[in-house]
Amino acid sequence: MTDETLLVGPFNRVEGDLEIRLTVSGGQVQTAQVNSPLFRGFERMLLGKSPTDALTLTPRICGICSISQSAAAARALCAAASGQPAPQGALVTQLLHAVENVADHLTHFNLFFMPDFTRPIYAGQPWHDEAVARFTAMKGSAIHAAVDARSKLLHITGLLAGKWPHTLAIQPGGVTRAPSPRDRVRIDLTLREFRRYLEQTLFGAPLEAFADLSTPDRLMAWETGDAGLFLRIAAVTGLADLGAGCGRFLSFGAYPGPEGCGFARGLWTADGLQGLDTDTIVEDLSHAWMLGDAVHPNRGDTIPDEDMQAPAYSWCKAPRLGGQIVETGALARQVVDGHPLARALAAGKAGVLARVAGRLLEIARTQILMERWVAAIDPAQPFMAPVTLPRSGAGEGLVEAARGALGHWLSIRDGRIDRYQIIAPTTWNFSPRDSAGTPGPVEAALEGAPVLPGEETPIAVQHIVRSFDPCMVCTVH
Amino acid sequence: MNVLWLQSAGCGGCTMSLLCAEDPNVLEALDAYGLDLLWHPSLSLETGAEVRRLLDRCLSGEVALDILCVEGAIARGPRGTGRYQMLAGTGRAMLDWVRDLADVARHVVAVGSCAAFGGVTSAGENPSDAVGLQFEGSHPGGALPQGFRAGGGLPVINVAGCPTHPGWVVEALLMLADGSLASRDLDSFARPRFYADTLVHHGCSRNEYYEYKASAERLSDLGCMMENLGCVGTQAVGDCNIRPWNGGGSCTRGGYPCINCTAPDFEEPNHAFTETPKFAGIPVGLPSDMPKAWFMALASLSKAATPVRISTNATADRIKIPPRSRKPRS
Repeated sequence: MTDETLLVGPFNRVEGDLEIRLTVSGGQVQTAQVNSPLFRGFERMLLGKSPTDALTLTPRICGICSISQSAAAARALCAAASGQPAPQGALVTQLLHAVENVADHLTHFNLFFMPDFTRPIYAGQPWHDEAVARFTAMKGSAIHAAVDARSKLLHITGLLAGKWPHTLAIQPGGVTRAPSPRDRVRIDLTLREFRRYLEQTLFGAPLEAFADLSTPDRLMAWETGDAGLFLRIAAVTGLADLGAGCGRFLSFGAYPGPEGCGFARGLWTADGLQGLDTDTIVEDLSHAWMLGDAVHPNRGDTIPDEDMQAPAYSWCKAPRLGGQIVETGALARQVVDGHPLARALAAGKAGVLARVAGRLLEIARTQILMERWVAAIDPAQPFMAPVTLPRSGAGEGLVEAARGALGHWLSIRDGRIDRYQIIAPTTWNFSPRDSAGTPGPVEAALEGAPVLPGEETPIAVQHIVRSFDPCMVCTVH
Repeated sequence: MNVLWLQSAGCGGCTMSLLCAEDPNVLEALDAYGLDLLWHPSLSLETGAEVRRLLDRCLSGEVALDILCVEGAIARGPRGTGRYQMLAGTGRAMLDWVRDLADVARHVVAVGSCAAFGGVTSAGENPSDAVGLQFEGSHPGGALPQGFRAGGGLPVINVAGCPTHPGWVVEALLMLADGSLASRDLDSFARPRFYADTLVHHGCSRNEYYEYKASAERLSDLGCMMENLGCVGTQAVGDCNIRPWNGGGSCTRGGYPCINCTAPDFEEPNHAFTETPKFAGIPVGLPSDMPKAWFMALASLSKAATPVRISTNATADRIKIPPRSRKPRS
């Protein structure tokens, strides 16, 4: 049997562009190589600039995870200054960041992931007509409802952060706008409206009922809302067994605030919950069009190989934790946080179904967190604390973007940025091979995916890739 | 009319902002004006080979390309090859795709400051050698030559902003659809005048502080951010304080300065974004169409006349002294 090679791209309904090279034989993907085809070089742009310029420039790495980049830059600067944000400023940052992450999850489910089930390949399935009505690209009723609910939810960013994306409101010492009592009730009202959308449309039931699901069996028995439609489709299309992950889940801890993280920090493996030692992170460059050695990001450089020499095949570096690949994202966060449903899904194959269900679970749980945080806003308190940046110093800023663990590592010398390195969630998930030849998480998850006769862009490959919700503009940055 | 949307070397934020259009949402607005999105990277079903065939049909003329929207700068590096951004699956640089597709398009729209001028993608040492479609910063000529005119006769329409307000993009497209956008409706940087004839300063909620030069000293203060915090809203084009963002916001309302993101070269202000450069204690870069001496004279007068209410509130993060209510005459 001869191997066939498929080159898949432009790969859309991911953020940014993506190219995947597949070798196929026996109706299955044998190997996959993931290429992040865009290099912009933010880590180089920042060199020599005022440290605070990172707050303007790094959000513009990404139009979909802009606040995540803001929050990571602010934390890195705050760490370099050995400062502390005002507790209420940290609370508003938590809320703003959660709003962006939930909006991203909603965009992913409705606009990026579900439209694939409207494809003619599924015509004749008992659920296909409903999928077409709800999720036809640009026209489906669920897509319109999600776009409208999302823009209303983002009113919270308009009010507290001026605009979205690309706000400068999040600073090392807190936030630039102190919300008034009137702002607080207005935000609360927006969240109530968003809850109504979630309960009427996405879940079709009280969202606590979805957040309380504890076993995969109960999950699969969920019938209402668009979540129910997805689960019915997932059950008959075998999404549970498709695209199994590596089983090592990373979370830097989401929404750090005055009372700890909203979702816990850690590493989950087959041996259970592990402590997370970020000192063991190394970016391997063996298969990236980058020059230099494999080092920790606080010593890393970004030197593109203009000759794009083999065996490299991507602009993406290959981060490894303790020498191993890890998966990051909503599912990882919920597994690390100890949610029983997520833990049970992680004990299985943890493929396409688990990733999408993890995101739905997180939408429900994050709405509850956001409601709690709004209630805790105290307009009488300060929202910005003074933080004085040092002439020289270094800092690490770790946050959880919608797509997973995001880190900024910065050093300052003589009042200027001396080094700035970023590892985005999709850098982890969509990394190329390392010097040991170990494929990145998505590359590994694609091995064994079914390819039907005549398929140019295999539908199974599309489901698997999109289940990771890649953000390609962040990946290389 | 057919619209093809490509994302080049940018962040995708202009699309994310566009999806915040309201009353109606962007999908309904385009539909109402008969604008048919042939393909959009974030919205369309088609992927991979389906897209490659569509692009070929546009080039061959089989599919009419009425409006080409490009979001993101054009990477020319390394060494002029454009290989810092290859359009996936095609083995060709985005630089080449954009040049070829622009040649067959009736209108070309640069969505955002990256596509218009290079924008943030060209910041610092400009690692990817990025340019705008028809400008390199403020210099005419980018990925397309200075003399480029699309089939409809217009240069590249620069809907600049970082990101763009959803209304700017929607309205520019609707005006193209009904034939009401002509060259006289574009300013010297080919930005639509419907938003470029106004300044961010217009409608700024901090106008009273500006009138008295009652300045904020740190981010989160309520005062005018021109003197100390790098705000250039008095020079920046945009209607950001006339029409709201995301339901009611703007940069200045959010508590941080306008950084002139609709302008070429905004990404390199030659000073920290949130600090005003000063010469002998006097801010440089005062309003451009006002004699400096007059500005200084008026500023010193108004500073001297500043009511305590305004000078106190200017350096606070909330109103400390409210306006005094006049007692009704008995």
